[in-house]
Amino acid sequence: MTPPYETHEHDVLIIGAGGAGLRAAIEALAQGARVGLVCKSLLGKAHTVMAEGGIAAAMGNVDKKDDWRTHFCDTMRGGKFLNNWRMAQLHAQEAPERVRELEQWGALFDRTDDGQILQRAFGGHTFKRLCHVGDRTGLELIRTLQDRGVQQGIDVFMECTITRLIKDGERIAGAFGYWREQGRFVTFKAKSIVIATGGIGKAWKITSNSWEYTADGMALAYEAGAELLDMEFVQFHPTGMVWPPGVQGILVTEAVRGEGGTLKNNRGERFMEKYDPKRMELSTRDVVARAIYTEVKEGRGSLHGGAYLDISHQPAEYVKKKLPSMYHQFKELADVDITTGPMEVGPTCHYMMGGIRVEAETGQSTVPGLFAAGEAAAGLHGSNRLGGNSLSDLLVFGKRAGNAAADYAKSVPSGALDNAQLLDAEGEMLAPFERTDGEFPYEIHRDLQDFMHSLVGIFRTEEDLQKAVGELEKLKPRLERMRADGSRMFNPGWHLTRDLRSMVLISEAVTRSALARRESRGAHSRIDYPNYDDTWAKQNNIVSKRNGQMTLEQRPVNEMPAELKELLAENK
Amino acid sequence: MSDARMDTSLIDDAILRVFRGGPDGGGKPVDYQVPVAPGMVVLDALHSIQNHQSPDLAVRWNCKAGKCGSCSAEVNGRPRLTCKTRLDSLPLDQPITVSPLRAFPLIKDLVTDVSWNYKINKKIPAFQPRAGVQWKMYQRDVDRVQEFRKCIECFLCQDVCHVLRDHGKHESFGGPRFFVRVACLEMHPLDGVSRTKLLKDELGLGLCNITKCCSEVCPEEIHITDNAIIPLKERVVDEYYDPVMMLVRKIRGA
Repeated sequence: MTPPYETHEHDVLIIGAGGAGLRAAIEALAQGARVGLVCKSLLGKAHTVMAEGGIAAAMGNVDKKDDWRTHFCDTMRGGKFLNNWRMAQLHAQEAPERVRELEQWGALFDRTDDGQILQRAFGGHTFKRLCHVGDRTGLELIRTLQDRGVQQGIDVFMECTITRLIKDGERIAGAFGYWREQGRFVTFKAKSIVIATGGIGKAWKITSNSWEYTADGMALAYEAGAELLDMEFVQFHPTGMVWPPGVQGILVTEAVRGEGGTLKNNRGERFMEKYDPKRMELSTRDVVARAIYTEVKEGRGSLHGGAYLDISHQPAEYVKKKLPSMYHQFKELADVDITTGPMEVGPTCHYMMGGIRVEAETGQSTVPGLFAAGEAAAGLHGSNRLGGNSLSDLLVFGKRAGNAAADYAKSVPSGALDNAQLLDAEGEMLAPFERTDGEFPYEIHRDLQDFMHSLVGIFRTEEDLQKAVGELEKLKPRLERMRADGSRMFNPGWHLTRDLRSMVLISEAVTRSALARRESRGAHSRIDYPNYDDTWAKQNNIVSKRNGQMTLEQRPVNEMPAELKELLAENK
Repeated sequence: MSDARMDTSLIDDAILRVFRGGPDGGGKPVDYQVPVAPGMVVLDALHSIQNHQSPDLAVRWNCKAGKCGSCSAEVNGRPRLTCKTRLDSLPLDQPITVSPLRAFPLIKDLVTDVSWNYKINKKIPAFQPRAGVQWKMYQRDVDRVQEFRKCIECFLCQDVCHVLRDHGKHESFGGPRFFVRVACLEMHPLDGVSRTKLLKDELGLGLCNITKCCSEVCPEEIHITDNAIIPLKERVVDEYYDPVMMLVRKIRGA
């Protein structure tokens, strides 16, 4: 029986149209595949657009001594050696070429005096390494890729949400979803799928992430049988806005510190002297976020419970030129002129280091035909990501996943879309309309954000994490009673009923992984286990679905080859 | 920090008069009472309505920081990003009207069908470097193009442009957004393609009579008219209406 759904067929289907998805699409197309690209928002609005500070690539335009080896060592050290070493190596080696390619596609970076791409300093990077355009690098990246992709002939399906991956036996055969505008269901047949859906920031109360970051891709992959890696590592960016309330969590770029911004407490002390006297404000994000949190907790916070970040010692024109959107953001939303006075900043949930476990070279997950890249995938950043390494991650591994997905598609025939799976997916989506006395999803979402923030935040304890597991259990029956009102036409309340399921599922993976790791490393800080642990130094947490249950196991970290170990030993 | 402006304690609630409904003609403004917090923006108020009063209120948004251009609407009749429009910048003793962009077909509530813009964009030939270029560019050469590349595609300029808004010339006119896009390609120091024919014949540049409405609403403060549209008009004139060149073309039979 043919399902009564609108159906599209491609060799490669890419879910998510941020930097990773677009780069994957461009590459798959270049390999001769028919490519479909699905995204929840309009094209060009994905979170990549919010990336501000720059793309890390050892081009050596400003600091001639920089090369991939130093970038590799910085990345491994920033991730506290839990990184997949091969990903870190590929990333450092290939990032410069990916940046040059962007320029050849029309991107216009800020320039050095001798006409090359300008690079700026950033936390944890030994050299000035971040290629940038003022503080809107992400916009430049996404617009360049978007225009390139569209001109090359990618089929784009905007405002479309995928709710289920459809399998044919063990392998991927396609996907089921709905058009956000009209609420109609749609199916996609594809020989391979690349997940590039980003992270799970919307499960926390104070976050820099938009409504889209609901862990969809991780949840889809998990349900399809893929493994998730290192889910305990959630990055809190040290500098989000703290005042006024409506703007809480909005990102304040690390470029403010890269351009010389200082952090002070309410006594006027540059407190980073206590936490990392060598690198000060340009320490890694995990360290700076904990420092600000600690200053506030111990009563030395700013007026509205943050720290003071000050760039006003730089000439006003320079600040406006290098940090234009920060200037406008504070002026318009907080009545603060950053050229004359300090900003108030505090930690905000920003990035997921964990995600779908993939092969380093190909982005292939443990499910045949299913690939992942960008924030949705894991491995490159280990336990803490360096600023600027995300945009380069998207480009390097987006391209690799697109290439491998196209290759895979050439090697297999089309699978079949199983009607039973489609009907089940449809039933799940229609259920909220059938309930008349259930709960709307917004309140459940608020409760999730509240306890994830207070119990699975920057500092964690056994007791809090156990409590969070209990809270998640209490939410599950509420998910089964969620209700949607009105029609299926562009209905955000209905959309949230599905997104919330992914968030709750993946929040559980985060919490269980955090409980298991009894040590502190990178972004995962346990008050009850404040030190590194030698055993945990050598193992990753893996979450997967076995017999319908979420299971957690530990696996040894991939051993680094001798020459890279030597490199790290030399490069102190 | 001027906490005086943030002090909205004297006004507890705002009334938002939000357009609700679809293209079938049954749409109408509906009033919602929303508690006001310091520094609140119109998008916060719309989210509050979704959260507590009407979960199916349709509104687009993403970054909530003025960087993605998703949350465009008309606030008190003026095209604005709702994430950057502070309630305390509006008179709160009367209802704040929030309605969808008028230049595009309505889908539902505050969401319109902007797909036309993506179709126009597809017509514009991509950046193509001149043969054998050296990949060197100086800041002074990229400055003016970087201004255009700030565009976040909020389409407020398209919404306010009378050629689209009042005259509905979507078939023959590209709109300010895409003049900015063409300008950023045409003025790229290393680009080797001419798009003047496209500007003249397909994007209808001549229909713009430089009223500067687009520049006034641009949240990125791009000087759309002065820096993009007028120089492009000059290029078209130089290429197609320059008397000397017209004569040359005539003689050559081109």
